Amino acid sequence: MVVPHGGRLVDRVLKGDRRKEALERARVLPKLELSRELAFEVENIATGVFSPLEGFLGREDLESVLDHGRLANDVPWTIPIVLDISEDVAKSIRDELVLCYLGEPVAIMEVEEVYTYDKERMALGVYGTTSEEHPGVLKVKGMKELLVAGKVELLNPVPSPFPKYKLSPKETRVLFELKGWRTVVGFQTRNVPHIGHEYVQKTALTFVDGLFINPVVGRKKPGDFKDEVIIAAYEALMENYYLRDTAVLAVLQMEMRYAGPKEAVHHAIVRKNFGCTHFIVGRDHAGVGNFYPPYAAQEIFEDYPDIGIVPLFFRSFFYCRRCGGVVNEKICPHGEEHKVNFSGTKLRRVLKGEEDAEEVLIRPEVEEVIRSYPEPFVEGG
Amino acid sequence: MKRTKEVKIPLSLYRAIEEKIEGSDFLSVSEFITYAARKALTELGGHGEQLSEEEKEEIRKRLRALGYL
Repeated sequence: MVVPHGGRLVDRVLKGDRRKEALERARVLPKLELSRELAFEVENIATGVFSPLEGFLGREDLESVLDHGRLANDVPWTIPIVLDISEDVAKSIRDELVLCYLGEPVAIMEVEEVYTYDKERMALGVYGTTSEEHPGVLKVKGMKELLVAGKVELLNPVPSPFPKYKLSPKETRVLFELKGWRTVVGFQTRNVPHIGHEYVQKTALTFVDGLFINPVVGRKKPGDFKDEVIIAAYEALMENYYLRDTAVLAVLQMEMRYAGPKEAVHHAIVRKNFGCTHFIVGRDHAGVGNFYPPYAAQEIFEDYPDIGIVPLFFRSFFYCRRCGGVVNEKICPHGEEHKVNFSGTKLRRVLKGEEDAEEVLIRPEVEEVIRSYPEPFVEGG
Repeated sequence: MKRTKEVKIPLSLYRAIEEKIEGSDFLSVSEFITYAARKALTELGGHGEQLSEEEKEEIRKRLRALGYL
Protein backbone atom coordinates (compact mmCIF):
# COMPACT_ATOMS: atom_id res chain seq x y z
CA MET A 1 0.00 0.00 0.00
CA VAL A 2 1.30 3.45 -0.89
CA VAL A 3 2.80 5.35 2.05
CA PRO A 4 0.65 8.32 3.13
CA HIS A 5 1.97 11.76 2.26
CA GLY A 6 4.71 12.78 4.65
CA GLY A 7 5.15 9.18 5.81
CA ARG A 8 2.28 8.68 8.25
CA LEU A 9 -1.50 8.70 8.06
CA VAL A 10 -2.71 11.32 10.50
CA ASP A 11 -5.48 10.19 12.85
CA ARG A 12 -6.69 12.86 15.23
CA VAL A 13 -10.18 11.55 15.80
CA LEU A 14 -10.91 11.38 19.51
CA LYS A 15 -12.59 8.28 20.88
CA GLY A 16 -13.71 6.82 24.21
CA ASP A 17 -12.57 8.50 27.41
CA ARG A 18 -10.34 11.02 25.65
CA ARG A 19 -13.32 12.23 23.64
CA LYS A 20 -15.56 12.35 26.70
CA GLU A 21 -12.97 14.34 28.61
CA ALA A 22 -12.45 16.73 25.69
CA LEU A 23 -16.19 17.27 25.28
CA GLU A 24 -16.42 18.14 28.95
CA ARG A 25 -13.52 20.58 28.64
CA ALA A 26 -15.09 22.09 25.53
CA ARG A 27 -18.12 23.29 27.47
CA VAL A 28 -16.22 26.17 29.03
CA LEU A 29 -13.80 27.03 26.22
CA PRO A 30 -14.26 29.86 23.73
CA LYS A 31 -16.11 28.75 20.61
CA LEU A 32 -15.76 29.58 16.96
CA GLU A 33 -18.56 28.79 14.51
CA LEU A 34 -17.23 27.48 11.21
CA SER A 35 -18.66 27.52 7.70
CA ARG A 36 -19.44 24.10 6.21
CA GLU A 37 -16.29 24.29 4.09
CA LEU A 38 -14.05 25.00 7.09
CA ALA A 39 -15.73 22.22 9.05
CA PHE A 40 -14.83 19.90 6.15
CA GLU A 41 -11.21 21.08 6.39
CA VAL A 42 -11.12 20.23 10.10
CA GLU A 43 -12.47 16.77 9.45
CA ASN A 44 -10.08 16.25 6.54
CA ILE A 45 -7.14 17.15 8.76
CA ALA A 46 -8.27 14.87 11.59
CA THR A 47 -9.05 11.84 9.43
CA GLY A 48 -5.79 12.00 7.49
CA VAL A 49 -7.13 13.23 4.16
CA PHE A 50 -4.66 16.11 4.50
CA SER A 51 -1.78 14.06 5.98
CA PRO A 52 0.80 15.12 7.08
CA LEU A 53 -1.09 18.20 8.35
CA GLU A 54 -2.22 17.89 11.96
CA GLY A 55 -3.81 21.30 12.12
CA PHE A 56 -4.19 24.65 10.40
CA LEU A 57 -0.97 26.06 8.97
CA GLY A 58 1.26 28.44 10.89
CA ARG A 59 3.09 31.35 9.31
CA GLU A 60 6.28 29.48 8.45
CA ASP A 61 4.44 26.70 6.63
CA LEU A 62 2.06 29.13 4.96
CA GLU A 63 4.88 31.25 3.56
CA SER A 64 6.72 28.17 2.37
CA VAL A 65 3.58 26.85 0.66
CA LEU A 66 2.96 30.16 -1.08
CA ASP A 67 6.57 30.70 -2.15
CA HIS A 68 7.75 27.14 -2.84
CA GLY A 69 4.68 24.91 -3.05
CA ARG A 70 6.08 22.91 -0.12
CA LEU A 71 5.71 22.84 3.64
CA ALA A 72 8.61 24.26 5.64
CA ASN A 73 10.02 20.72 5.97
CA ASP A 74 10.11 20.49 2.16
CA VAL A 75 7.21 18.06 1.79
CA PRO A 76 5.15 18.97 -1.32
CA TRP A 77 2.06 20.99 -0.42
CA THR A 78 0.40 23.59 -2.63
CA ILE A 79 -2.88 24.71 -1.04
CA PRO A 80 -2.88 26.67 2.23
CA ILE A 81 -5.15 25.05 4.78
CA VAL A 82 -5.78 28.02 7.03
CA LEU A 83 -8.35 29.28 9.49
CA ASP A 84 -9.18 32.97 9.31
CA ILE A 85 -10.51 34.90 12.30
CA SER A 86 -11.46 38.49 13.11
CA GLU A 87 -9.52 40.67 15.54
CA ASP A 88 -12.39 40.44 18.03
CA VAL A 89 -12.26 36.66 18.03
CA ALA A 90 -8.46 36.78 18.32
CA LYS A 91 -8.81 38.80 21.52
CA SER A 92 -11.00 36.14 23.11
CA ILE A 93 -8.78 33.20 22.22
CA ARG A 94 -6.88 31.31 24.91
CA ASP A 95 -4.80 28.14 24.62
CA GLU A 96 -7.66 26.11 23.27
CA LEU A 97 -10.55 26.87 20.98
CA VAL A 98 -13.64 24.83 20.23
CA LEU A 99 -14.50 24.70 16.55
CA CYS A 100 -18.25 24.34 15.97
CA TYR A 101 -20.50 23.70 13.02
CA LEU A 102 -24.24 24.40 13.23
CA GLY A 103 -23.72 25.08 16.92
CA GLU A 104 -22.27 21.64 17.66
CA PRO A 105 -18.63 21.15 18.64
CA VAL A 106 -16.63 19.54 15.85
CA ALA A 107 -13.08 19.79 17.17
CA ILE A 108 -10.79 21.22 19.79
CA MET A 109 -7.92 23.31 18.51
CA GLU A 110 -4.69 23.76 20.39
CA VAL A 111 -3.87 27.37 19.55
CA GLU A 112 -0.22 27.78 18.60
CA GLU A 113 -0.13 31.06 16.74
CA VAL A 114 -2.29 33.98 15.65
CA TYR A 115 -0.78 35.95 12.78
CA THR A 116 -1.37 38.44 10.02
CA TYR A 117 -1.01 37.61 6.33
CA ASP A 118 -0.95 39.31 2.98
CA LYS A 119 -4.05 38.56 0.91
CA GLU A 120 -2.45 39.59 -2.39
CA ARG A 121 0.47 37.31 -1.72
CA MET A 122 -1.89 34.48 -0.88
CA ALA A 123 -3.92 35.03 -4.07
CA LEU A 124 -0.79 35.10 -6.21
CA GLY A 125 0.80 32.14 -4.46
CA VAL A 126 -2.23 29.91 -4.91
CA TYR A 127 -4.09 31.20 -7.94
CA GLY A 128 -1.33 33.01 -9.81
CA THR A 129 -3.52 36.09 -10.14
CA THR A 130 -5.11 38.86 -8.11
CA SER A 131 -8.04 39.27 -10.50
CA GLU A 132 -11.34 39.31 -8.68
CA GLU A 133 -12.88 37.51 -11.63
CA HIS A 134 -11.24 34.42 -10.21
CA PRO A 135 -13.59 32.85 -7.61
CA GLY A 136 -10.66 31.76 -5.43
CA VAL A 137 -9.20 35.27 -5.33
CA LEU A 138 -12.59 36.69 -4.46
CA LYS A 139 -12.80 34.27 -1.57
CA VAL A 140 -9.33 35.21 -0.29
CA LYS A 141 -10.22 38.91 -0.43
CA GLY A 142 -13.30 38.20 1.67
CA MET A 143 -11.35 36.37 4.37
CA LYS A 144 -10.94 37.81 7.86
CA GLU A 145 -7.79 39.69 8.78
CA LEU A 146 -5.95 37.15 10.95
CA LEU A 147 -5.08 33.46 10.78
CA VAL A 148 -5.00 31.09 13.71
CA ALA A 149 -2.76 28.03 13.60
CA GLY A 150 -2.74 24.88 15.65
CA LYS A 151 -3.43 21.17 15.83
CA VAL A 152 -7.01 19.94 15.87
CA GLU A 153 -8.65 16.91 17.43
CA LEU A 154 -12.02 15.80 16.11
CA LEU A 155 -14.85 15.50 18.61
CA ASN A 156 -17.73 14.80 16.24
CA PRO A 157 -17.96 14.02 12.52
CA VAL A 158 -19.31 16.71 10.23
CA PRO A 159 -22.79 15.73 8.98
CA SER A 160 -22.68 14.55 5.39
CA PRO A 161 -25.40 14.72 2.76
CA PHE A 162 -23.95 11.45 1.41
CA PRO A 163 -23.21 9.24 4.44
CA LYS A 164 -23.28 6.14 2.26
CA TYR A 165 -20.37 7.44 0.23
CA LYS A 166 -18.28 9.08 2.93
CA LEU A 167 -15.12 7.08 3.57
CA SER A 168 -11.97 8.04 5.44
CA PRO A 169 -8.48 7.23 4.14
CA LYS A 170 -8.22 4.52 6.79
CA GLU A 171 -11.35 2.93 5.37
CA THR A 172 -10.40 3.21 1.71
CA ARG A 173 -6.99 1.71 2.47
CA VAL A 174 -8.63 -1.31 4.10
CA LEU A 175 -11.14 -1.49 1.24
CA PHE A 176 -8.43 -1.52 -1.44
CA GLU A 177 -6.52 -4.15 0.50
CA LEU A 178 -9.60 -6.36 0.85
CA LYS A 179 -10.29 -6.01 -2.85
CA GLY A 180 -6.75 -7.10 -3.55
CA TRP A 181 -5.88 -3.89 -5.36
CA ARG A 182 -2.14 -3.19 -5.30
CA THR A 183 -2.45 -0.31 -7.75
CA VAL A 184 -5.35 2.13 -7.68
CA VAL A 185 -6.02 5.12 -9.90
CA GLY A 186 -7.84 8.10 -8.41
CA PHE A 187 -10.25 10.18 -10.46
CA GLN A 188 -11.18 13.65 -9.29
CA THR A 189 -14.38 15.14 -10.59
CA ARG A 190 -16.82 17.97 -10.05
CA ASN A 191 -18.96 17.05 -13.04
CA VAL A 192 -21.49 14.49 -14.13
CA PRO A 193 -19.79 11.87 -16.30
CA HIS A 194 -19.85 12.12 -20.07
CA ILE A 195 -18.40 9.47 -22.38
CA GLY A 196 -15.03 11.23 -22.40
CA HIS A 197 -14.69 10.85 -18.62
CA GLU A 198 -15.66 7.21 -18.85
CA TYR A 199 -13.11 6.59 -21.56
CA VAL A 200 -10.31 8.23 -19.55
CA GLN A 201 -11.22 6.23 -16.43
CA LYS A 202 -11.39 2.95 -18.30
CA THR A 203 -8.18 3.61 -20.20
CA ALA A 204 -6.38 4.19 -16.89
CA LEU A 205 -8.09 1.19 -15.32
CA THR A 206 -6.69 -1.02 -18.06
CA PHE A 207 -3.25 -0.62 -16.47
CA VAL A 208 -4.06 -0.74 -12.75
CA ASP A 209 -6.08 -2.97 -10.42
CA GLY A 210 -8.79 -0.56 -9.31
CA LEU A 211 -10.48 2.77 -10.00
CA PHE A 212 -11.38 5.18 -7.20
CA ILE A 213 -13.96 7.69 -8.42
CA ASN A 214 -13.90 10.51 -5.91
CA PRO A 215 -16.19 13.46 -6.69
CA VAL A 216 -15.67 16.61 -4.70
CA VAL A 217 -18.77 17.69 -2.83
CA GLY A 218 -18.92 21.09 -1.21
CA ARG A 219 -19.07 24.69 -2.33
CA LYS A 220 -18.88 25.10 -6.09
CA LYS A 221 -19.39 27.98 -8.44
CA PRO A 222 -22.77 28.86 -9.96
CA GLY A 223 -23.45 26.82 -13.08
CA ASP A 224 -21.63 23.70 -11.80
CA PHE A 225 -23.70 20.58 -11.32
CA LYS A 226 -25.24 20.11 -7.88
CA ASP A 227 -23.59 17.46 -5.75
CA GLU A 228 -26.65 15.22 -5.59
CA VAL A 229 -26.89 15.23 -9.39
CA ILE A 230 -23.23 14.23 -9.77
CA ILE A 231 -23.61 11.34 -7.33
CA ALA A 232 -26.84 10.09 -8.91
CA ALA A 233 -25.28 10.32 -12.39
CA TYR A 234 -22.27 8.27 -11.28
CA GLU A 235 -24.51 5.69 -9.63
CA ALA A 236 -26.30 5.24 -12.95
CA LEU A 237 -23.03 5.01 -14.88
CA MET A 238 -21.45 2.51 -12.51
CA GLU A 239 -24.52 0.33 -12.31
CA ASN A 240 -24.71 -0.01 -16.04
CA TYR A 241 -21.17 0.24 -17.35
CA TYR A 242 -18.63 -0.70 -14.64
CA LEU A 243 -17.52 -3.92 -13.05
CA ARG A 244 -18.29 -3.94 -9.35
CA ASP A 245 -14.92 -5.47 -8.50
CA THR A 246 -12.81 -2.85 -10.21
CA ALA A 247 -14.42 0.50 -9.40
CA VAL A 248 -15.42 2.26 -6.20
CA LEU A 249 -17.29 5.53 -5.66
CA ALA A 250 -16.79 7.70 -2.57
CA VAL A 251 -17.18 11.43 -2.00
CA LEU A 252 -14.56 13.91 -0.93
CA GLN A 253 -16.06 16.68 1.20
CA MET A 254 -13.86 19.55 0.17
CA GLU A 255 -14.40 22.89 -1.41
CA MET A 256 -13.27 23.44 -5.03
CA ARG A 257 -10.80 26.29 -5.24
CA TYR A 258 -10.29 26.42 -9.01
CA ALA A 259 -6.56 26.87 -8.45
CA GLY A 260 -5.67 24.91 -11.61
CA PRO A 261 -2.13 23.48 -11.39
CA LYS A 262 -1.71 24.05 -7.64
CA GLU A 263 -5.00 22.35 -6.97
CA ALA A 264 -4.10 19.42 -9.26
CA VAL A 265 -1.11 18.70 -7.02
CA HIS A 266 -3.32 19.01 -3.95
CA HIS A 267 -5.86 16.62 -5.45
CA ALA A 268 -3.11 14.11 -6.16
CA ILE A 269 -1.76 14.32 -2.59
CA VAL A 270 -5.23 13.80 -1.13
CA ARG A 271 -5.81 10.70 -3.30
CA LYS A 272 -2.41 9.36 -2.29
CA ASN A 273 -3.61 9.56 1.31
CA PHE A 274 -6.71 7.59 0.36
CA GLY A 275 -4.35 4.87 -0.90
CA CYS A 276 -4.16 5.62 -4.62
CA THR A 277 -0.94 4.87 -6.46
CA HIS A 278 -1.94 6.76 -9.60
CA PHE A 279 -3.94 9.91 -10.29
CA ILE A 280 -5.60 11.11 -13.49
CA VAL A 281 -4.83 14.66 -14.57
CA GLY A 282 -6.75 15.84 -17.57
CA ARG A 283 -6.93 19.01 -19.59
CA ASP A 284 -7.42 22.19 -17.53
CA HIS A 285 -7.71 20.24 -14.27
CA ALA A 286 -9.41 22.37 -11.58
CA GLY A 287 -9.25 25.37 -13.87
CA VAL A 288 -11.71 28.20 -14.31
CA GLY A 289 -12.24 30.54 -17.26
CA ASN A 290 -8.98 31.13 -19.10
CA PHE A 291 -6.78 31.63 -16.05
CA TYR A 292 -4.51 28.65 -16.74
CA PRO A 293 -2.99 27.21 -19.91
CA PRO A 294 -4.79 23.95 -20.81
CA TYR A 295 -1.97 21.65 -19.70
CA ALA A 296 -0.44 23.70 -16.87
CA ALA A 297 -1.95 21.26 -14.38
CA GLN A 298 0.13 18.48 -15.95
CA GLU A 299 3.35 20.45 -16.36
CA ILE A 300 3.48 21.41 -12.67
CA PHE A 301 4.17 17.79 -11.71
CA GLU A 302 7.69 18.22 -13.16
CA ASP A 303 8.40 20.25 -10.01
CA TYR A 304 7.33 17.36 -7.79
CA PRO A 305 9.36 14.27 -8.63
CA ASP A 306 9.07 13.35 -4.94
CA ILE A 307 5.28 13.54 -4.68
CA GLY A 308 4.89 9.78 -4.27
CA ILE A 309 1.91 9.21 -6.57
CA VAL A 310 2.10 8.65 -10.31
CA PRO A 311 0.19 11.27 -12.29
CA LEU A 312 -1.42 9.93 -15.47
CA PHE A 313 -1.72 12.68 -18.04
CA PHE A 314 -4.52 12.63 -20.56
CA ARG A 315 -5.01 14.86 -23.56
CA SER A 316 -8.54 15.63 -24.71
CA PHE A 317 -10.53 12.73 -26.03
CA PHE A 318 -13.24 13.09 -28.65
CA TYR A 319 -15.59 10.90 -30.61
CA CYS A 320 -14.63 10.44 -34.26
CA ARG A 321 -17.50 9.47 -36.54
CA ARG A 322 -15.11 7.97 -39.11
CA CYS A 323 -13.18 5.93 -36.55
CA GLY A 324 -16.51 5.02 -34.97
CA GLY A 325 -15.21 5.39 -31.44
CA VAL A 326 -13.61 7.53 -28.77
CA VAL A 327 -10.08 8.53 -29.81
CA ASN A 328 -7.52 11.27 -29.28
CA GLU A 329 -5.29 13.38 -31.46
CA LYS A 330 -2.46 10.85 -31.25
CA ILE A 331 -4.45 8.04 -32.77
CA CYS A 332 -7.03 9.61 -35.07
CA PRO A 333 -6.03 10.92 -38.53
CA HIS A 334 -9.39 12.47 -39.40
CA GLY A 335 -10.41 16.11 -39.68
CA GLU A 336 -12.42 18.37 -37.41
CA GLU A 337 -15.62 17.73 -39.38
CA HIS A 338 -15.73 14.17 -38.03
CA LYS A 339 -15.15 15.06 -34.39
CA VAL A 340 -17.61 15.37 -31.56
CA ASN A 341 -15.80 17.04 -28.67
CA PHE A 342 -16.65 16.21 -25.08
CA SER A 343 -16.80 19.02 -22.63
CA GLY A 344 -18.62 19.81 -19.44
CA THR A 345 -19.64 23.15 -20.92
CA LYS A 346 -21.13 21.48 -23.99
CA LEU A 347 -22.96 18.98 -21.80
CA ARG A 348 -24.41 21.78 -19.71
CA ARG A 349 -25.61 23.55 -22.86
CA VAL A 350 -27.25 20.35 -24.15
CA LEU A 351 -29.01 19.76 -20.85
CA LYS A 352 -30.19 23.35 -20.76
CA GLY A 353 -31.62 22.86 -24.27
CA GLU A 354 -29.26 25.47 -25.73
CA GLU A 355 -27.57 22.95 -28.04
CA ASP A 356 -28.71 19.75 -29.80
CA ALA A 357 -27.96 16.51 -28.00
CA GLU A 358 -25.35 14.16 -29.48
CA GLU A 359 -26.02 10.54 -28.71
CA VAL A 360 -22.29 9.91 -28.33
CA LEU A 361 -21.86 12.55 -25.62
CA ILE A 362 -23.48 10.89 -22.63
CA ARG A 363 -24.90 7.50 -21.68
CA PRO A 364 -28.73 7.46 -21.92
CA GLU A 365 -29.09 6.17 -18.35
CA VAL A 366 -26.96 9.04 -17.07
CA GLU A 367 -28.84 11.63 -19.10
CA GLU A 368 -32.17 10.30 -17.82
CA VAL A 369 -31.04 10.68 -14.22
CA ILE A 370 -29.78 14.23 -14.76
CA ARG A 371 -32.99 15.24 -16.53
CA SER A 372 -35.02 13.94 -13.60
CA TYR A 373 -33.76 16.96 -11.59
CA PRO A 374 -35.77 20.10 -12.40
CA GLU A 375 -32.71 22.28 -11.65
CA PRO A 376 -29.45 20.28 -11.83
CA PHE A 377 -27.14 23.29 -11.61
CA VAL A 378 -25.81 25.33 -8.70
CA GLU A 379 -27.88 28.50 -8.74
CA GLY A 380 -26.60 31.93 -9.66
CA GLY A 381 -25.16 31.10 -13.12
CA MET B 1 15.06 25.11 14.85
CA LYS B 2 17.45 23.31 12.54
CA ARG B 3 15.44 21.29 10.01
CA THR B 4 18.19 19.16 8.50
CA LYS B 5 20.44 16.36 9.70
CA GLU B 6 23.78 15.23 8.40
CA VAL B 7 24.18 11.71 7.07
CA LYS B 8 27.33 9.94 5.93
CA ILE B 9 27.69 8.20 2.60
CA PRO B 10 30.83 6.68 1.02
CA LEU B 11 32.99 9.28 -0.67
CA SER B 12 33.06 7.27 -3.90
CA LEU B 13 29.25 7.32 -4.00
CA TYR B 14 29.24 11.05 -3.28
CA ARG B 15 31.64 11.64 -6.20
CA ALA B 16 29.61 9.41 -8.51
CA ILE B 17 26.45 11.37 -7.71
CA GLU B 18 28.27 14.66 -8.13
CA GLU B 19 29.40 13.58 -11.56
CA LYS B 20 25.99 12.21 -12.54
CA ILE B 21 23.99 15.31 -11.59
CA GLU B 22 26.25 17.77 -13.36
CA GLY B 23 24.10 19.60 -15.88
CA SER B 24 20.91 17.97 -14.57
CA ASP B 25 18.03 19.60 -12.69
CA PHE B 26 19.54 18.58 -9.35
CA LEU B 27 21.43 21.50 -7.84
CA SER B 28 23.30 19.54 -5.19
CA VAL B 29 24.12 16.05 -3.96
CA SER B 30 21.87 16.70 -0.95
CA GLU B 31 18.94 17.47 -3.23
CA PHE B 32 19.54 14.25 -5.16
CA ILE B 33 19.82 12.15 -2.00
CA THR B 34 16.61 13.69 -0.59
CA TYR B 35 14.81 12.88 -3.83
CA ALA B 36 16.16 9.31 -4.00
CA ALA B 37 15.39 8.63 -0.34
CA ARG B 38 11.80 9.86 -0.65
CA LYS B 39 11.29 7.75 -3.76
CA ALA B 40 12.69 4.69 -2.03
CA LEU B 41 10.46 5.25 0.99
CA THR B 42 7.40 5.48 -1.23
CA GLU B 43 8.32 2.32 -3.10
CA LEU B 44 8.97 0.40 0.08
CA GLY B 45 5.41 1.15 1.18
CA GLY B 46 3.83 -0.51 4.18
CA HIS B 47 4.69 1.75 7.04
CA GLY B 48 2.12 4.09 8.40
CA GLU B 49 -0.44 1.29 8.46
CA GLN B 50 -0.83 0.67 12.16
CA LEU B 51 -4.37 -0.58 12.32
CA SER B 52 -5.11 -3.22 14.92
CA GLU B 53 -7.05 -6.32 13.87
CA GLU B 54 -10.00 -5.01 15.90
CA GLU B 55 -9.97 -1.72 14.06
CA LYS B 56 -9.72 -3.49 10.72
CA GLU B 57 -12.68 -5.69 11.60
CA GLU B 58 -14.73 -2.62 12.56
CA ILE B 59 -13.91 -1.03 9.21
CA ARG B 60 -14.69 -4.27 7.37
CA LYS B 61 -18.14 -4.32 9.02
CA ARG B 62 -18.85 -0.72 8.07
CA LEU B 63 -17.72 -1.28 4.46
CA ARG B 64 -19.96 -4.34 4.24
CA ALA B 65 -22.92 -2.40 5.70
CA LEU B 66 -22.40 0.37 3.16
CA GLY B 67 -22.35 -2.13 0.30
CA TYR B 68 -18.69 -1.76 -0.63
CA LEU B 69 -17.93 -5.44 0.04
